Amino acid sequence: MEIMLAIIAGTLVAAGAYLMMSGRTLPYIFGLTMISNAANIIIFASGRLTFGVPPLVPDGAQTVTDAANALPQALILTAIVIGFGLLVFALALAYRSYYVLGTAQMDHMNSSEPGKEVGP
Amino acid sequence: MLLFWPIIIPILTAVATLLAWRSTEMQRGLSIFGAFGLLLAAIQVFSVVEQTGPVASQGGGWIAPYGITLVADLLSATMVLLTGIVAVAIVVFSINDVSAEEEHFGFHPLIHSVLTGICGAFLTGDIFNMYVWFEVMLIATFGLLVIGGGKAQFDGAVKYVGLNLIATVAFIAGIGLLYGTTGALNMADLHGRLEGRSGEAVVLASAAFLFFAFASKAALFPLNFWLPASYHTPCSSTSALFSALLTKVGIYAIIRVFTLVYEIDGTVFVPLMYAAAIATMFFGAMGSLSHTHVRRILGYSIIASVGFMLLGLAIGTELAMAGAAFYLTQDVLTKVGLFLAAGAAARLTGSELFARSGGIWKARIGFSLLFLIPALSLAGVPPFAGFWAKLLLVKAALDVNGYISTFMILAAGFLMLYAMGRIWAAVFWSAHPAGEQVIKERFGAPTLLPLLAVSALIIFIGVYAGTFVNLALQIGRDLVDPTAYIQTVLGEGTVE
Repeated sequence: MEIMLAIIAGTLVAAGAYLMMSGRTLPYIFGLTMISNAANIIIFASGRLTFGVPPLVPDGAQTVTDAANALPQALILTAIVIGFGLLVFALALAYRSYYVLGTAQMDHMNSSEPGKEVGP
Repeated sequence: MLLFWPIIIPILTAVATLLAWRSTEMQRGLSIFGAFGLLLAAIQVFSVVEQTGPVASQGGGWIAPYGITLVADLLSATMVLLTGIVAVAIVVFSINDVSAEEEHFGFHPLIHSVLTGICGAFLTGDIFNMYVWFEVMLIATFGLLVIGGGKAQFDGAVKYVGLNLIATVAFIAGIGLLYGTTGALNMADLHGRLEGRSGEAVVLASAAFLFFAFASKAALFPLNFWLPASYHTPCSSTSALFSALLTKVGIYAIIRVFTLVYEIDGTVFVPLMYAAAIATMFFGAMGSLSHTHVRRILGYSIIASVGFMLLGLAIGTELAMAGAAFYLTQDVLTKVGLFLAAGAAARLTGSELFARSGGIWKARIGFSLLFLIPALSLAGVPPFAGFWAKLLLVKAALDVNGYISTFMILAAGFLMLYAMGRIWAAVFWSAHPAGEQVIKERFGAPTLLPLLAVSALIIFIGVYAGTFVNLALQIGRDLVDPTAYIQTVLGEGTVE
């Protein structure tokens, strides 16, 4: 199971990195989303992987022994929520910068570079 | 409860200014009120910590390491105090600086959201909570960058957002690995659990992820390219806030995590930090010489300064840590002074380009001095604060026979002096190309008072250096031996 998750995480990072190197804003954001999901899978795997063991304390016992740690799952939830917020902002920024700058090619975005100063 | 105030006050201010969305006057009033509130809370935290040592609060009453802990040791308290000072300076300065459009689109709520994230990151004792505060800070800075709405702002924001999001992912992946191998997130708890494990592959991998993440936030070479692409694009109040505090949060996180959580002695991180520090100082100093735009030059000077602080950590002795801490704290004031003065100078001359500005010395001698003081402090000229920071670092480097480090500190200091001299010659001394009559604006109190206060503090720290060096030495001792910090968080008897 862990090996499978490791392969998935690795594939996501590879595909994400490939997309991010395309030099356009939208594929960059998709690639980033893939990589951040790979990071979430890493956290998920860090909390032990178990099949069909609910994290319930059995009658008479003090602690759960076999179940997966629930804390990483809470961490992933937080990371997903934050990641989703950042994704929405990044998409809005990509749209808006295409509108304002007239290009989605990162190599052509140079309005903040020396010699391009407009106005004062 | 004490430690919650520096986080609660800015977030409440952000909410209040959002509620006052329709009236920019009311937003300004609330914003200034909130900034002073934050300063008062920060002074309170600092005075308590300075008298009684580290303070900890357990969130929701959960005992550490199960709950989220807020901790203030002397370093955190000092950084929070500086955040308060910067908040007041920037909010007051922004009255005459921010365009009506930016103010209308939420300048004040965003500024206070950034401050919330910064104070949270300085005060938290939990590494996942630190990630959350970083994100709070990050998303608000995204907003601040784009509210100007110009082409340059969007171009800068695309680069800033794109590169910072990679750092965010590395941060969370590092936390995942760290939790997987230790089962802890509380930094004081992690210290104990990682004892003697600094050579293990998974520990090194998590440390590498975290170092990459913090190094990107701190703008260490070669992860710094988002900074010169974006810092000169927003209004000068915003870029003063960014330059004074954002990279400092990154370097603070490096210092905190790599002294408290990981033992780096004898690992690959020591040579890595030396290399990164020296390359950053060199690259920052060279970059600041290659431009003819005031804020771009100052942007590269931020990068160079971060290198000095990392060098202190790489050397790793008490004195070096003290030097890094002193550099970190005085640099906050220096950078806010420089960026605010540069913004005011651009309003006088109408441009930030060397070719289109000049003549300020002749027209406004008093104001020119308010740029000169932080500029000389940056270069490390006595009697200003920056001199003592460099002196501590040079002494620490010589103590361990670090001649290359010593040479780089002195060389980078000299190059910074030259860079500041270029700004001084082009913007202040030389005549304005369009004639003197261009310089018309009379500065009001909102512009001059923050500059005066910052310059006064820089001189004060420089003249009464003994007190501040002693504080820095105390911080250095705490960083090298974090026993007091750990005992405060986990309770007595937990540290052997």
